[in-house]
Amino acid sequence: MPEPLLQARGIVKNYGHVEALRGCDFDVYPNEIVALIGDNGAGKSTLIKILAGSEQADEGAVFLEGRQIHVGSPFEAMRLGIETVYQDLALAPDLDGSANLYLGREIMLPGLLGKLGFLDNKAMRSGARKAFGELGVDLKNAQSAVANLSGGQRQSVAVARSVAWASKVVFLDEPTAALGVIQTARVLETVKRIRDRGVAAVLISHNMRQVLEIADRIEVLRLGRRVARFTAKGATIEQLVLAMTGGIAEEGAA
Amino acid sequence: MTTVQPTRAQSIRRAIGTRLSPVAARWNSFAKTRAGAIVVRMFSTNAAWILLLLAVLMLLFNYLAPGKFLTEFNVRTMAANVSVLLVIAVGETFVMATGGIDLSVGYVLLFSGVTSAQVMNWGGRDSTNYGWDIVLLGFVVALGSGFAWGVLNGVIVAKAKVPALIATLGTLGMSWGLAEILSNGQDLRYLPSIIGDMGASRLFFDKIPFVVIVAAIVAVFGSVILSLTRFGRYTLAIGSNQEAARRAGINVDRHLIKVYAMSGTLAGFAAFMNLAIFTTTTISGHANDNLQAIAAVVIGGTSLVGGVATIAGTTIGICIPMVLFSGFTILGFQSFWRDVAVGAVLILAVYTDQLRRRRRERR
Repeated sequence: MPEPLLQARGIVKNYGHVEALRGCDFDVYPNEIVALIGDNGAGKSTLIKILAGSEQADEGAVFLEGRQIHVGSPFEAMRLGIETVYQDLALAPDLDGSANLYLGREIMLPGLLGKLGFLDNKAMRSGARKAFGELGVDLKNAQSAVANLSGGQRQSVAVARSVAWASKVVFLDEPTAALGVIQTARVLETVKRIRDRGVAAVLISHNMRQVLEIADRIEVLRLGRRVARFTAKGATIEQLVLAMTGGIAEEGAA
Repeated sequence: MTTVQPTRAQSIRRAIGTRLSPVAARWNSFAKTRAGAIVVRMFSTNAAWILLLLAVLMLLFNYLAPGKFLTEFNVRTMAANVSVLLVIAVGETFVMATGGIDLSVGYVLLFSGVTSAQVMNWGGRDSTNYGWDIVLLGFVVALGSGFAWGVLNGVIVAKAKVPALIATLGTLGMSWGLAEILSNGQDLRYLPSIIGDMGASRLFFDKIPFVVIVAAIVAVFGSVILSLTRFGRYTLAIGSNQEAARRAGINVDRHLIKVYAMSGTLAGFAAFMNLAIFTTTTISGHANDNLQAIAAVVIGGTSLVGGVATIAGTTIGICIPMVLFSGFTILGFQSFWRDVAVGAVLILAVYTDQLRRRRRERR
């Protein structure tokens, strides 16, 4: 096995008296789709939030390409090439697709006007068209507010936003939870394309069939710890469910 | 098998639907043309509708009082009367675009006017002969006072996380009280006379009051900043989804402080315009400035929850109450009818905004 791209070791996170993570490990290898699964309350979302910088761990260490990193804020994560698609779509619904894609990374006009803070909307729009096109997203009206799009299109914008900027890892927290069949297939296709571009994708999902279909590897959390790892090829739904519910605890299996 | 009888309301709706379908079809085919798309886009915003309302009101009053309403004198008076309010409403638009509110603008205006007037009034009665240097100093003091209150508002809202409604209600009381304490409740007179000359002057063949031009420039600047710059984009993004803005790496707290500081500074600017127009501090005249500014912003299509805002809308929103006031006065109604009408328009504006939001949430 190659060296892991991203490693989490012994992550502990408490919310008051609730222990969300109790010494959790997690590995992401280059060029893979790894599914992170577990029952409700296993700590999946908390782990992602810590790795993405929107929460801080109480204990533990995170390594990127072998070097220990400190992800103090989402902004730092983004600078490290780590992007996240949140469950609750972190989009500004009143802005259009291109404004959302470039939010926080606006292209400014060249010269003095740019220095004065003027946006280059034309450049951003054509960049957005390209980014959405790459993911097979067809926004009929690129100037329409995101709120006017369908759920699937909104999800596509959110995914495109993360993918466009990620150079190392993209976290996707239940990216297909609110979507119909066709849109789900589209988003999963997008996730595969992320991997094909050389970026690792971490997928949180409750849908075991989907996980087995798309993921290269699967890591299972239970009660704030990693309890099992599988290669997707050859794993069965029964095995995954057993691991999630505590039937087995085979850290490092497969 | 049961057939569901359509209710009366349903059958009426259906009947209207059949009547209107040819119109709708023609509208839809028009909307597909290039010009049509622009019209459709325009009327998807509140600004176009209230511009229509403003035009209808003006034509109506002109019809009811021919030769009295749309006269050069009346239009000029109306424009001069809204100029100060427009400047604070521009700042209020930015604040409300972030999903906040600034109740303190009226008394920050008063406070800034008092400090500015006191600085310019240092020599008592002789101060009427003071020159431009003192006027400039007074201007800087007005801006500085407003800026300081604005920064205070911003820090309380962004850092201390006190809801904007309460934070600015608090600074409203503080600035009001301090203005009264500083002035002993007495209006200051005897300002440098060149201020009054400036406030009364007109440009373009003696037609357009200087203060109106200044207010228009402020509005144009505000509009450009809101719609074309990164500052405006962040303002709308924060109002639209503060968490998304934060996750996108925008320094939300700092931006909020800037926006409130801008609102305060514009109130200071408006205070200086007010001094120029009235050549006194007009202590008792600012109790409703904040509500008038907020009403104008909301009528202008800025969403109460933020994310959507235009300065053009706010400008029209400032004009509608003024037109109503002037029209009712000319027609011999009690001017309080304006307040009744403005209240109704305000509710209508918020209701249509809610409708639009609900409609798009259903998707």
